[in-house]
Amino acid sequence: MRRLRWGVRTLGEVLITLGLLLFLFVSWQLWWTDVTANRAQAVTIHALERGFGPAGRVAATPQTPLATLTKVPFGQAFAIMRIPRFGADFARPVLQGTDHDALTNGIGHYSGTAFPGQVGNFAVAGHRTTYGMPFSNIDLLRTGDVIVLETKASYIVYAVARHVIVTPDQVEVIAPVPQHPGDKPTQAWLTMTSCNPRFSATQRYVVFAKLVRSIPRSTGLAASYMAVPAGTVG
Amino acid sequence: MYGALWRLLPGPWPVKLLLSLLLFVAVVAVCFLWLFPAIAPYMPFNGNSVQSGLPFPTPTPFI
Repeated sequence: MRRLRWGVRTLGEVLITLGLLLFLFVSWQLWWTDVTANRAQAVTIHALERGFGPAGRVAATPQTPLATLTKVPFGQAFAIMRIPRFGADFARPVLQGTDHDALTNGIGHYSGTAFPGQVGNFAVAGHRTTYGMPFSNIDLLRTGDVIVLETKASYIVYAVARHVIVTPDQVEVIAPVPQHPGDKPTQAWLTMTSCNPRFSATQRYVVFAKLVRSIPRSTGLAASYMAVPAGTVG
Repeated sequence: MYGALWRLLPGPWPVKLLLSLLLFVAVVAVCFLWLFPAIAPYMPFNGNSVQSGLPFPTPTPFI
């Protein structure tokens, strides 16, 4: 009897402990990953800005941006994405690759797709929830909203064209001509993909944006591009 | 098992309480800093790569 009582009590304690561990894991996933990822991504943004140098300064040596970009190693940040709709201060690093680590450290660039400003499809993925959730408000983007990619050589300005919600296997959204795999691209697209609905991975919320113009870093980005659109909440 | 732990801790009860709180914080820290980051990629909702037959080198990850 004593033995049985001890067994039941120990089992109860083990189960309570496991429950607490699960609760801890959920808090870590939903809250702590945001804390650490936001901190790490802010550090990356500062490092990128330092590396890019001040805007409006003419580069000392003529740069070949595309050649430099295509050599970016896996997991390294190479651009800053700014989306005025998400707030005047919204700036997130874009890293090469879309593995777990890249998406933890910022927005991931699907390797093999075009680079910013290039003809084809510059396709990226970002977390909707957890790990800093860069694309948390992707559903707030409206047609015409500006998305700015800042690289060492230039500011590349895209404007949102449309969005679709697809299943995860519909990878034709990141084709060179979005949703038309096999077609030869003639325009420069940006495709942003994120999970949908929030806290679920059953669908992908996909936003397509079209190139407006590439502005050399020496020219500087006009403030009008970074104006927060009316009706923005938060 | 918690009873045994309580008996193992030395000193009068305030010291035991302090020590058990410290142990708890240490366990949470180990979980948050090492254990959870290590196991997170294996969670079904974090798992990357959905392979597909389409002619693209990259699958769309769980995000």
